Amino acid sequence: MVLTGAEIVVRCLQEEKVEYLFGYPGGSVLFLYDELFKQDKVRHVLVRHEQAAVHAADGYARSTEKVGVALVTSGPGATNAVTGIATAYMDSIPIVIISGQVPTAAIGLDAFQEVDTVGITRPCVKHNFLVKDVRELAATLKKAFHIARTGRPGPVLVDIPKDVTAQRCEYEYPEKVSLRSYNPVVKGHSGQIRKAVQLLLEARRPMIYTGGGVVLSNAAEKLAKLGRLLGFPVTNTLMGLGGYPASDKQFVGMPGMHGTYEANMAMHYCDVLLAVGARFDDRVVGNAEHFMQEPRKIIHVDIDPSSISKRVKVDVPVVGDVGDVLDEMIACLEATRERPDAEHLALWWRQIEEWRRRDSLGYKNSDEIIKPQFVVQKLWEVTGGDAFVATDVGQHQMWSAQYYKFNKPRRWVTSGGLGTMGFGLPAAMGIQLAHPGSPVACITGEGSIQMCIQELSTCKQYRLPIKVLSLNNRYLGMVRQWQEIFHGNRYSESYMDSLPDFAKLAEAYGHVGLQVTKPGDVEGAIREAFKRKDDLVFLDFQIDPTENVYPMIQGGKGLNEMILSTEDL
Amino acid sequence: MRHVLSLLLENEAGALSRVSGLFSSRGYNIESLTVAPTEDASMSRMTIVTSGSDEVIEQITKQLNKLVDVVKVVDVSEAPHIERELMLVKVRALGAAREEMKRMSEIFRGRIIDVTDSSYVIELTGTQEKLDSFLGAIESELILETVRSGVCGVGRGDRVLKI
Repeated sequence: MVLTGAEIVVRCLQEEKVEYLFGYPGGSVLFLYDELFKQDKVRHVLVRHEQAAVHAADGYARSTEKVGVALVTSGPGATNAVTGIATAYMDSIPIVIISGQVPTAAIGLDAFQEVDTVGITRPCVKHNFLVKDVRELAATLKKAFHIARTGRPGPVLVDIPKDVTAQRCEYEYPEKVSLRSYNPVVKGHSGQIRKAVQLLLEARRPMIYTGGGVVLSNAAEKLAKLGRLLGFPVTNTLMGLGGYPASDKQFVGMPGMHGTYEANMAMHYCDVLLAVGARFDDRVVGNAEHFMQEPRKIIHVDIDPSSISKRVKVDVPVVGDVGDVLDEMIACLEATRERPDAEHLALWWRQIEEWRRRDSLGYKNSDEIIKPQFVVQKLWEVTGGDAFVATDVGQHQMWSAQYYKFNKPRRWVTSGGLGTMGFGLPAAMGIQLAHPGSPVACITGEGSIQMCIQELSTCKQYRLPIKVLSLNNRYLGMVRQWQEIFHGNRYSESYMDSLPDFAKLAEAYGHVGLQVTKPGDVEGAIREAFKRKDDLVFLDFQIDPTENVYPMIQGGKGLNEMILSTEDL
Repeated sequence: MRHVLSLLLENEAGALSRVSGLFSSRGYNIESLTVAPTEDASMSRMTIVTSGSDEVIEQITKQLNKLVDVVKVVDVSEAPHIERELMLVKVRALGAAREEMKRMSEIFRGRIIDVTDSSYVIELTGTQEKLDSFLGAIESELILETVRSGVCGVGRGDRVLKI
């Protein structure tokens, strides 16, 4: 069958069972949009800014097991998408971005809306392609989806010049991809796994530390099983929340800069640390040298060999898919009667309980002014802990991670690695489209929301009943907090003057907006918002502007040097 | 420590920039980098001379392997291997220096491949040190230009980098 390049792209998307394509048209992608117009299998979602197209595809991917897809035009379309692409790259999210490019004959001549998209995106994609020959188009798209979803997932960009979308060739969608240079390891080395299990069995102060890899590999149930078999404490990183049920008594909270006291102390003082699909990043272990001074054996399971021994030297590396390796570990444990020493484990738990009693997430609530932690707790109560929660970046993000207890994976969607303000609302759009009828909350702040607020218009067009909870403290709160602690209270450019009336703004976009100023109204407002099943409701919570995120580890400090409150400073 | 890494990579547009971009974005050193197609036209062979601690070299190797266009990576300097670099030096060759330059070239087993009444182009092949010492042995004012290919490396005996 002879098809045009544009027809081929749409056919390939259909073959990949793409439900939604988040995009924005422009000159270089007109043939593609013309083909999209002629069919109804792939539904196009018209965003208001290309950054949002990629975030929406990203939110869609994170909340499902599928690849998210975005379509942008050349030049500014592609450059606007870069923040979204880098966000997905840092968090290993499988998305495919199709970008238009000027015609092949015009490439390199500074044509209108020309930019070296492959060059600009190269450092923030898993891989990218420029398709110069229509005969390679189908195979390239097949490769793109394959690379995006396998191994350590990530964004893959396919740049298609306009003339290629108009040219014709014989079309056949390849059934298989074979790439001699790309063969990610799936199965872990069984000798290494046995060694790891032996170490776990001999541990006296064990700790399980898991990250986004558990979520990406759909291995939460396996992790829960391993956790139960061993009886060890478990911590989930920001990216890994929901990977282990937060309500389980073995769960000790999130580790790291704003993690719980017990998680950080246990990470620090354990004698065997099992790291699964996590990467010891600076927000988790703080000062790596300080962390490594404490003697402990580290087992690290990860699909990406370059994540192993990158920041922290590892004793037993296991390269492989987290799910496969956990399965094999469980099988090893079930094959032996040996179990960790109960007496030592009980002692260790006693120590952890003692740390837990410090109640590091405790905060002083108020009848006068709304505390942000209280809002998140109420959201958790009202939604029964079962909502999809997308966030932006800053204090509200940390409070969400601390106070919304996730029991299931893929419910929590946040920009962890890149820390992209403006991520929350468009990501929530992707989630809501993927899960129509499910409660979706976007927890944000008055700073972040304004970075992609135009998407309220998209939400109206596609009737996305997202609940936006803005923790409005009139400050860029995390910046303000650091300025308070590290810069002598000099609040340089962190106060936001001339804020809009967000409730009215939401109404102007055709949604329901509500300002909440009293603690007593918080729960009612959230209940009311979730009752309105068909409406986007924007809740503008006027919160305590002086509230800081605690506990906290200051930059350069170790995990055992936490500050629990302002009094510790 | 100095290392010589040998890579096979897909002979695709942009493959070189993926490798060089990786080095600059992650702050790794490149002393030299050479690349050319192999007998298999679909693949290029690249030699990178870099330096770093064992941990850094381990990371470099892992990061290179992660690139989709990279088929294989070997640290040829881990075991017995041969290194060669080609250098073309254009020198001033006038009066007494003309004979002296010819003599030096012969001592270093170079070849004079271009002659004018005032200059020579000398072709020299060898290890980096040999080329350096040639440059050190001739009068620096006489050097008009120097072109070096960068190091190529290959393992000795049975060590073969092939797919």
